[in-house]
Amino acid sequence: MTSNNLVYLIALPLFSSGFLMILGRRADKWGHIFATLISASAFGIGAFEFLQMLARPSESRALTQKLFSWISVGTFQVDASLLLDQLSISFVLLITGVGTLIHIYSIAYMSHDMDRRRFFAFLNFFIAAMLLLVLGDSYLNLYVGWEGVGLASYLLIGFWNQKPEYATAAKKAFVANRVGDVGLSLAIMIAFATFGTVSFSGVEEKVSGASTAALTGIGLMLLLAATGKSAQFPLQSWLGDAMAGPTPVSALIHAATMVTAGVYLITRSNFIFDNAPTAQLCVVIIGAITLMFGALIGTAKDDIKKALAASTMSQIGYMILATGLGPVGYAFAIMHLLTHGFFKAGMFLGAGSVMHGMDDEVNMRKYGGLGKFMPITAITFGLGYLAIIGVPPFAGFYSKDKIIETAFNAEGIKGLFIGGAALLGALVTAFYMTRVIILTFTGTKRWDEKAHPHESPFLMWGPMAILAIGSVASGFLLSSGNRFVSWLAPVVNSHEADHAEHVERFQPVVVTSMALVAVVIGVAIAIVKYRSEVPRVAPTNVRFFTKIARRDLLQDDFNEAVLMRPGQALTKFLVATDEKAIDGAVRTVGAAVIGSSKGIRKTQTGFVRSYALLILLGAFALLATIWVVTL
Amino acid sequence: MIRLSLEIGQTQKPEAILFYILAPLSVLASLGMLVVRKAVHAALLLAWVMITLAIFYIALDAAFLGIVQIVVYTGAVMMLFLFILMLVGVDAPDSLTENIKGHRVVAIAAALGFGGLLISLIGRATLNHVSVGLAMANEPGNVQGLASLIFTQYVFPFEVVSALLITAALGAMVLAHSQKSAGARLSQRALSSARFRGDSLANAAGLPSSGVFARHNAVDVPALLPDGTPAKNSISGVLSARGDIQDPTQYALGSLPKVDDEGGDK
Amino acid sequence: MNSANYLYLSAMLFTIGAVGVVIRRNAIVVFMCIELMLNAANLAFVTFARINGTLDGQVIAFFTMVVAACEVVVGLAIIVTIFRSRRSTSVDDASLLKR
Repeated sequence: MTSNNLVYLIALPLFSSGFLMILGRRADKWGHIFATLISASAFGIGAFEFLQMLARPSESRALTQKLFSWISVGTFQVDASLLLDQLSISFVLLITGVGTLIHIYSIAYMSHDMDRRRFFAFLNFFIAAMLLLVLGDSYLNLYVGWEGVGLASYLLIGFWNQKPEYATAAKKAFVANRVGDVGLSLAIMIAFATFGTVSFSGVEEKVSGASTAALTGIGLMLLLAATGKSAQFPLQSWLGDAMAGPTPVSALIHAATMVTAGVYLITRSNFIFDNAPTAQLCVVIIGAITLMFGALIGTAKDDIKKALAASTMSQIGYMILATGLGPVGYAFAIMHLLTHGFFKAGMFLGAGSVMHGMDDEVNMRKYGGLGKFMPITAITFGLGYLAIIGVPPFAGFYSKDKIIETAFNAEGIKGLFIGGAALLGALVTAFYMTRVIILTFTGTKRWDEKAHPHESPFLMWGPMAILAIGSVASGFLLSSGNRFVSWLAPVVNSHEADHAEHVERFQPVVVTSMALVAVVIGVAIAIVKYRSEVPRVAPTNVRFFTKIARRDLLQDDFNEAVLMRPGQALTKFLVATDEKAIDGAVRTVGAAVIGSSKGIRKTQTGFVRSYALLILLGAFALLATIWVVTL
Repeated sequence: MIRLSLEIGQTQKPEAILFYILAPLSVLASLGMLVVRKAVHAALLLAWVMITLAIFYIALDAAFLGIVQIVVYTGAVMMLFLFILMLVGVDAPDSLTENIKGHRVVAIAAALGFGGLLISLIGRATLNHVSVGLAMANEPGNVQGLASLIFTQYVFPFEVVSALLITAALGAMVLAHSQKSAGARLSQRALSSARFRGDSLANAAGLPSSGVFARHNAVDVPALLPDGTPAKNSISGVLSARGDIQDPTQYALGSLPKVDDEGGDK
Repeated sequence: MNSANYLYLSAMLFTIGAVGVVIRRNAIVVFMCIELMLNAANLAFVTFARINGTLDGQVIAFFTMVVAACEVVVGLAIIVTIFRSRRSTSVDDASLLKR
């Protein structure tokens, strides 16, 4: 089916963004409201399309719209077309819904910022790019959105670029993303070379005829792209620094939407991964590593935003892990993505609210006992907390529990390992999230005398409250009666696989019990450890593990040692080569020319007679040649 | 027309005698051009070479060219040379010392090699080559034969050459045209007022004439002023520029004769 | 006597003219030497005419004379002009090509 309305989803925020940027300061007074209304109207269109989609039978729910013929070179045809199916609409609602809430939140949060209009222009630009990413009907269209969100992320992380370290953080995010983008572009190239098309439907049709090697290549390149965008191992290091951006940005881009683009990409490419087991295994391994990695970093961070960022990394690790588990995992991955979008965005907004009340202090060791002063923030944050650690009946319980269960039931010994990792991750998650709660909202006050913690205005706690409701209810709504799984089934082809090879190694009850036990253990450890007085300055006589966890498990040291230093050495070597060898050769040639010119110059006396003599000698030589030749 | 060659191919004895007398003379004359110090002597030697060449032309059945050679070269071109020599100074001898190191040695060596190779090649090319002779071609007469070629086959080059001549004449006029003489020439009235109303009345009665009074009146000898120094402005500008000025002091008296009391300073 | 003798004479005159061009410094004498070379070439042309039995060589010699006349006219005018500005006819003095 085709539709003519899809383009407005993208066009509205894009237009608004350009409009606000061109108008400049003239739009300062009303720009934020305009942008918020645009975002809300995009949500309205999305909701309208969603309702219409619900009314259609499951097979004909996908909508397409061809905008124009983009590239037409020989057999290479790419249309700028949009595709709205069950997967896309989930994202559209998340992006526009959470996006609108965060727009509203930002009106208050950014009210003291001189550049609020620019901020909203960037936010709208992000919404447009992200919608293009999820609505594009081919890898090339997706790529445009993919780059667009990368740009938006860069602009927003570096929004306060008057601080050099923030600008550097933006640059770091951009560069790390570029590495992943190379993977995506390579994947597109291999796909075109293999299939002759880059549209999702075209590739899906021809995927059965392709060699496993090509599919594995595409899969690994897509995985590289996903690791870059979704801050997965080994390209994870940018996410912590990305917290330099304003907190709403962290909530929207670096928690709820953009960083989950990798999950979307892998889910969208399910037809490739399902036929490339090696790539799929890599996906699982990357996911497992990252979920542990992020969780461990989270245990050592004192910066509330960085702790949440580590948690985001870890939770996306869960999603990536789930996508690697094949047809059964996609739906759970997307479901966790949606619930995570609610509770993590809510917690980030809560963190922003705390910072707002604490004069932008981010160190949790200087919080303490804030629950009394910010009750609404504490409650919404607490609901998000219960959701993330997976306490029933909150959202995280339904989605994460399903992932752990699916992981345990994966075939072979692999299932035990990844299931164990997921379970351990749940334990650690419970620990560090409890730590955040204890340090921030309970205990004695440790803040400075001049700080006056206060509850945030309605414009801020309103969105937090809505997101908290989502954190509570979305899990049950989505999972009851396998609603979301069957909703997504036409996109990820899970129906036949679902029943065919579902090895029930562990009963769901067993897994759930284990997960709950893990959560209880994690919470208990945290309470025991942090119930006493917390020092305001982080102690230095800590165990080795804590030290390296504070240093983000040496991810930057690793990058520095493995990538930066050799790169610098190579550059130095190249500079030396350039100066010594190449410049030397050039200078030698120059010196030779100068030297020979000095010699030759002596023949140029300026005397006509000398030149005449040279002519005579030339004639002599000519005659001599003739003489010899005619001999 | 004197026909010196009677037989096709081999020249007759009279021509041989002519050649063997005149050829060494022309070579000697041209060699002399290399060593004489004065340009005018070189011109005379060249005129001689050209006359011998004219004779050779006639001997070679090219009567028309022989006459043209005398009229154009010996007459017009050499006249032009002598005229220019007079303009720039006949008497100035050239220094024959070489001031570019090794130049002369290399030049002579190269020339000897060049000439040797040329002669060798000519010998190789004309060995056993029988000369056809111009008896047939000159049947209607040498001038008529040339004319029938020039005005038929060579008419286009002929026209081009005539254009070249006109262009050369025009070019020579443009080059030799003096900017000074073309400039604003002062009128007699202006000259007169400059003479009498100028800064000084020294030249009011005209410039001093050249020559030392009663001893030497040539134009290249400056007049002597009362204090015994030469008067620069008594000599034509061209001569002084050329350096063709003689020292007037050689004509000055050793000492002024004694003056009697009556004709003295009273 | 063989007509080739005229060619030998021509070659010698030409070579002598070339030497004169190279070693003499007075521009007018250099010019005369060039004339000598042209005349030597003319002698060769006329001799070739007789050797080949056609008048074309003489026609070429005739053209050479005309061109030589033009060249003399222009060349001497140039010498006069140079003399007017530099007060010298030495070719070494006009060594402006050096700088």
